[in-house]
Amino acid sequence: MSRLSDKNLVIAKEIIARYPRQKSALIPLLHLAQEQTGYISREAMVHLGELVGVTSAEVYGTATFYEMFRFEPIGKYLVNICGTMSCALMGAHELMHHAEKRLGVKAGGTTQDGMFTLAHAECQAACTEAPCLQVNYRYRLRVSTTDLDKLIDDLEAGKLSEEIPAHGVLAKVRQHIAPDRVVGAVSPELVNQAPAWLNGKAAL
Amino acid sequence: MTIVDPTAENIVADPNVVNITINDKPVLARKGELIIAAADRTDDFIPRFCYHPRMSSVGMCRQCLVEVETPRGPMMVVSCMTPVAEGQIVRTATETVKKAQEGVLELLLANHPLDCPVCDKGGECPLQDQAFSHGPGESRFVEEKRHYEKPIAISEIVYLDRERCILCDRCTRFADEVAGDPLISFTSRGNDTQVMTFPEEPFSSYFSGNTVQICPVGALTAKPYRFKARPWDIEQTESTCTSCSVGCRVVVQSSRDELVRFQGVDIDPVNWGWLCDRGRYNFESVNSTERLIAPLIKTDSGLATTSWSVALESAARIIRTALNSGTDSVAILGGARGTNEDAFAWASLVDQLGITQRDSQLGDGLTPEIFNLAQATIDETCAASTIILLSPDLKEELPVLYLRVRDAAQKRKSRILEFSPRDSGLTPYAWRSVSFEPGRQAQVVRETLGSQEMQEQIRRGEVVVVLGRSNLAENEAFTLHALGEILHAIPNAKILPVLRRGNVRGAVAVGLTPQKNSGDAIDILTKAAAGKIECLILLGADPLADVADSDLVARAFNRTRSVISIDTFINSSNRNADVVLPAAAFTEKAGTTTNLEGRISNVTQQITPRGTSRPDWMIATELGLSLGIDLGVSSLDELHQKMTSSIAAFSSCANNPVINSDGVLMENEASATISRASVVLVDRNSYSYRLIVSRTMYDNAQSTTTSPSLVGIITKSAIYVNPLDLARIGVVEGTNIRVGIDDKSIVLPVNAHSGVHRGTAWLPYNHTSVDIRPLLDITSDVVDVRIEQLR
Repeated sequence: MSRLSDKNLVIAKEIIARYPRQKSALIPLLHLAQEQTGYISREAMVHLGELVGVTSAEVYGTATFYEMFRFEPIGKYLVNICGTMSCALMGAHELMHHAEKRLGVKAGGTTQDGMFTLAHAECQAACTEAPCLQVNYRYRLRVSTTDLDKLIDDLEAGKLSEEIPAHGVLAKVRQHIAPDRVVGAVSPELVNQAPAWLNGKAAL
Repeated sequence: MTIVDPTAENIVADPNVVNITINDKPVLARKGELIIAAADRTDDFIPRFCYHPRMSSVGMCRQCLVEVETPRGPMMVVSCMTPVAEGQIVRTATETVKKAQEGVLELLLANHPLDCPVCDKGGECPLQDQAFSHGPGESRFVEEKRHYEKPIAISEIVYLDRERCILCDRCTRFADEVAGDPLISFTSRGNDTQVMTFPEEPFSSYFSGNTVQICPVGALTAKPYRFKARPWDIEQTESTCTSCSVGCRVVVQSSRDELVRFQGVDIDPVNWGWLCDRGRYNFESVNSTERLIAPLIKTDSGLATTSWSVALESAARIIRTALNSGTDSVAILGGARGTNEDAFAWASLVDQLGITQRDSQLGDGLTPEIFNLAQATIDETCAASTIILLSPDLKEELPVLYLRVRDAAQKRKSRILEFSPRDSGLTPYAWRSVSFEPGRQAQVVRETLGSQEMQEQIRRGEVVVVLGRSNLAENEAFTLHALGEILHAIPNAKILPVLRRGNVRGAVAVGLTPQKNSGDAIDILTKAAAGKIECLILLGADPLADVADSDLVARAFNRTRSVISIDTFINSSNRNADVVLPAAAFTEKAGTTTNLEGRISNVTQQITPRGTSRPDWMIATELGLSLGIDLGVSSLDELHQKMTSSIAAFSSCANNPVINSDGVLMENEASATISRASVVLVDRNSYSYRLIVSRTMYDNAQSTTTSPSLVGIITKSAIYVNPLDLARIGVVEGTNIRVGIDDKSIVLPVNAHSGVHRGTAWLPYNHTSVDIRPLLDITSDVVDVRIEQLR
């Protein structure tokens, strides 16, 4: 069920074509799979292995190295509340308690409707703006409990869907590489000349 | 690998030799060699866990730290990642080095459970040994250790205990680099890192046992050996595996006169320390309780136990009676499963009796003439610039040869040109893989070799043809025709013959092979079916189960008056025999064996033969005496002497009763020629599928079915077709379908396989649940079947 959809398969093939070695495309493809279902399913990993010519075990080994890849269903919005020093001093714990109460789940849990997953996070590098949080890795700074309530209201009402896409979507604008800058699926050992984009002839 | 003698004083100035100093002693090393490898030739042992001489270095464990002198003073380097350099000064035991090594060991042990008393590795564990020799002696770690479920089965055979793992990357590297089955991988990161398979997918590699052997801790253990013995209870001897004809060197280990484990021995010319799982674990069949332990004789109520004297007398009487009707009324099949000496004793006996009808193959190999073509060794094959595969799937039938050829294509400069009716284990590594419809190989070979590209490749250097039978459902002449085409295009190509039975080459060399004016096994069985054979002697052969044409062999057994079988088990062919003599199995007898390249190496006895079973050669001499023939030998040594003096091929080991690990190559003369015969093209009806029948690693071979650890992984019968053909048949994968030819048919599941080409169907031989042999007819050149949905 959660192999790549036909639409995403077209994108996957375009991504694979960018790399001299197929398996180099694995991480972008894992993001694509996560974008499709919000998390990376077993079937998706099997499918990606088939696409780039590695075993499922190798896909699994690569994917589990990275914290941002999830292997179990996750809420549409992943709310990461920072709990490291600056944020802790500025009220992150209270914020977390409030969030737990408001959403009715403990940190680490997912709401029953599948909308929110609440999680502790380590420093998100916004210490001057403490306490901070991220929703699907989009920052919210100097967050008060009132701000949090409003954020959740807005997310539930769909008011922020433009700004914050569902979990797994990295960007709304998909990267596109002009044909003359594509390296192509040619092994570097077989390439004698510098790539087109290095010799200054390609349109930049 | 050329090893430079570190003590040699006068070495010719060789640009590839560098002088280094290890602990103030001069050492000669090869350019590019690693410090740790050079140090291994001295007395100074550098501790290590991840480094393995047959795999690439990764510097995972950091245990092999040493000091190297630099202009800025001594520097700590990882000796498994640092190559030698001219004038390099290495110290392996300074205070700094000791402190570093102790530090690394303390950290490795921090997460290690130290459950040595209940660990199978205890007593032979590199971590345990080096904790003693290079460790700090005590730990400052007082915290709770990490805990994981202990142990988890990652395949039918291999168990993983993650607590003990030190993440050396040996198993994962082996699976990826050597075996080409990266089914295990490091997962997660940092403190959570562990070796794991893909969830719920087993580590089903044919070579998984090697990961257990090279694991430097007790993290990977194998089912057959778990809790069976301790290293200090084990007795061992070095021998040669005879499961197939590759001839891997093994250490045979036993405890209380029972086999407990095989380990690979690293020898350069053959197996590099690796074994396949079948060869490593089918020793369990030697321990089987189903083994024959006493002679059996036919009575009114079936086979009954008897004494050796009665059984031998009875066998002698049968043979004598049959010989009264002429020497052509006795035939002997088999002989490829024993030692050279076994085969020689039997060949001498049948020589003296005048029996010319003999064959050690059962119609599934190729003519022994191929041994008389210019031969290549495994090493020569792997050094050739072009390796032409006209062979069965090496991964399935000769697994360790697959490892060597794969290595040659991946890491050396060999290019594989494969001719195969379906994709094989080596297809992904082939430079060019050319498929052919069975029967058309000669034409395909001719067309392929004619191209400009191929001509250029052939001119690049040595060409070796790996030659064997890729399909049991076609006339062997097709393979020989194709070989003729290759030799016509490349007259100086050498041949590596790959006939699969353990010692088929030895058996052929001593004469257990069709003699002048007498036919092969199929011919013998055809004569038997016509009632012309009175007595059939089966020397470790089971034609009723092994011969592809089940109809022919059944008729042959019906018409043969008497059958005498020398075997280790009761099987389908000797169930109704007149006399069954129990034979000593591999590891229960000594002698020599010959591998596919003609390498003679020794097999040794480690345990007592079960019951009253005896080596084949002893049975031959005893039976000879009962027949009034004295073979003139009373010991194995005498027999060996007699064999080496009377058979020219064995003269190379004449004065060498104890053969070293590497063995010696058989004397060989290139005398045969294979002509380019005209090729008979057989057309296939477009509605039918042309059969490819071949063996896989785990089939219903006696040694596999009687090994408890392997019996569970024998594949179930199925037929495999191209995915597009599956759609044409109109069923989904796994559906039972009818496969028929003329009025014969079988019902079995059909599966899609993209490595099977359109219009052909692959039918693995001798798998569980459905006997496919009713479809096979030895007299037809190819077999075309219909595949239909069941109604």
